[in-house]
Amino acid sequence: MINSNSANIPYYQYLDHQGHLRLPLEDLSTNTDNLIDFYRVMLLTRTFDLKAINLQRTGKLGTYASSLGQEAIGAALGAAMSEDDVLAPTYRDYAAQLSRGIKVSELLLYWGGDERGMDYQYVRQDLPICVPIASQTCHAVGVAYAMKIRKQKRVAVCIIGDGATSKGDFYEAMNAAGVWQLPLVFIIANNQWAISLPREKQTNTRTLAQKAASAGIPSEQFDGNDVIACYERISIALKQARKGEGACLLEALTYRLSDHTTADDAGRYRPPEALKEQWQYDPIVRLKTYFLEHGLLNEQELNAIDVSCGDIVSQQVDEYLNTAAQTPESMFDYLYENLPESLQTQREEVKQKGLENG
Amino acid sequence: MTLLKTTEMNMVEVNLVEAVNRALSWELEHDHEVLLLGEDIGVNGGVFRATDGLQSRYGSERVIDTPLAETLIAGMSIGLAVQGLKPVAEIQFMGFIYSALENILNHASRMRNRTRGRLTCPMVLRAPYGGGIHAPEHHSESTEAIFAHIPGLRVVIPSSPGRAYGLLLAAIRDPDPVVFLEPKRIYRLQKERLNDKGEALPLDVCFTLRDGEDITLVSWGAMLVETLQAAEELAHLGVAAEVIDVASIKPLDMKTILTSVEKTGRCIIIHEAARTGGVGAEISAQLAEYALTSLLAPVQRVTGYDTVMPLYRLENYYMPTVKQIVTAATKALEYA
Repeated sequence: MINSNSANIPYYQYLDHQGHLRLPLEDLSTNTDNLIDFYRVMLLTRTFDLKAINLQRTGKLGTYASSLGQEAIGAALGAAMSEDDVLAPTYRDYAAQLSRGIKVSELLLYWGGDERGMDYQYVRQDLPICVPIASQTCHAVGVAYAMKIRKQKRVAVCIIGDGATSKGDFYEAMNAAGVWQLPLVFIIANNQWAISLPREKQTNTRTLAQKAASAGIPSEQFDGNDVIACYERISIALKQARKGEGACLLEALTYRLSDHTTADDAGRYRPPEALKEQWQYDPIVRLKTYFLEHGLLNEQELNAIDVSCGDIVSQQVDEYLNTAAQTPESMFDYLYENLPESLQTQREEVKQKGLENG
Repeated sequence: MTLLKTTEMNMVEVNLVEAVNRALSWELEHDHEVLLLGEDIGVNGGVFRATDGLQSRYGSERVIDTPLAETLIAGMSIGLAVQGLKPVAEIQFMGFIYSALENILNHASRMRNRTRGRLTCPMVLRAPYGGGIHAPEHHSESTEAIFAHIPGLRVVIPSSPGRAYGLLLAAIRDPDPVVFLEPKRIYRLQKERLNDKGEALPLDVCFTLRDGEDITLVSWGAMLVETLQAAEELAHLGVAAEVIDVASIKPLDMKTILTSVEKTGRCIIIHEAARTGGVGAEISAQLAEYALTSLLAPVQRVTGYDTVMPLYRLENYYMPTVKQIVTAATKALEYA
């Protein structure tokens, strides 16, 4: 019998934990301007994230799922994707969403209990975040199929977490993407936790990437906290998909530095020493170290980025907090293109309720 | 003269499954955003031949043989639909639709609402359903009420070749997701002349199949066969039954039913699905709410039983019969 865990999955890292580049930058498609942009998006995401938790704790936001520690994957992905590609994200993919032009105020509106937070004013074709785990994998297959038969040079990108790789949807989607050679890139943001279930209890496979073998599509792993690795590997995958070379599965190794959501307490299941260790691999600190060591940005310039992220977030928080409420009857207004006559009475009833409570 | 000839040429005599095929073909021909997907629908033409000949006519990119994966079929349809295509997916039997339910309920039916109209799901999920053909296990259930409970969805059930044709066209053209359930017991029961020129019937409305003053019989799908036979028997007894085909069980056109019951004062609801929580319960509740003063007798339901659909040896005992409908109607008529 062949050992099922013998799959030889390549692993990539360019910027190591200490912030040392293992290959000269000239050998990569990444350049200094890219890196500064990645840094800006990662920092904006983290600033938003900390603010969102703060808003939740003070009663100004509903339950919120933090992306703390996972910023590099999205920052790189957002930069690597073309504007008219389509992203099918899960929650926690804010960095990619912000990089693609979705507004902080839209993300806040969503977690603040308002559907308009999914009516993105930019990237109008991106799917809204998918809360049920792994459903978006199959949606992305449909999106990619549409792109393929229309002979467009576009790619669909689907992000999932490690838990999603245990679901049937994931296998059904990968299998179809393989058999039809779709322009579709699956990315697993493996943050080691599915709420309380650690990665090693999720599956017996040595990597999540090797699950691609079941669908006959290529796969690889890379350091998800190394923004350069993220950008390089995702860019290659997108390029191949765009050329018609088919789908692939990328496993980005990262770590959830937060609780699952603001309603969760990871202290119940996550050893404190593991968390302490993982903070050493923080993608933002790593890139900052690189900047300083190579004299690409000094403390003052880094500080200016920090300040500008803070300004954007507070301006966006203001916009969120000052958004006028939807009317109660709006809960009927997007149910169908035209509301069936039989539902008019219920709509009227809710409207009346609103007027009475108004 | 030429025009007359062309019109004449479109007249066809078809059974229900052929009508489905005609509607699919018409829409594939005339709307290039339409595509079909499902298991065995291409080369094989579908296990009931609903898609027979369509792949060779419209190509394997538009008439897609999918891997054996119902979650994929439903989920992928959503992806196609948000990109502006109009997927018509076939689930081979209703018994296998449940893994697609997550996508129907959590995604397709709420995409428009979630995104405030930014993304929509103009998709159709077709599935043969119902008993009475001595099929294997899991091939005979009627669980339409599950879908009728889902906001944002349409659930449409034809009961004749003509309505299958017109309602399926309407379902495909509808900008929102539709679950289209085909009563397979009557797939080949009768042929009907129809004009195959792409004319849709309205959704969200009932069809009155027979006028009558004495009692209203409300049904949908294959049970209309028994319901119409019962109406015929009642006619021999001097009772004029009005027969309503609900056709769209979601959203429900209660107006037509209420108008009829206000006239007749008596109502029997007939469905093959299990009784508790069935669509008949909803109709009955609304009659109690809005037509109580018109009612001369209690509303009765003649339905399948609240048990597991039996394997085929006991199947006929499960199915509502003409006799049960006539008996219920007679009882209703005994009230002064």
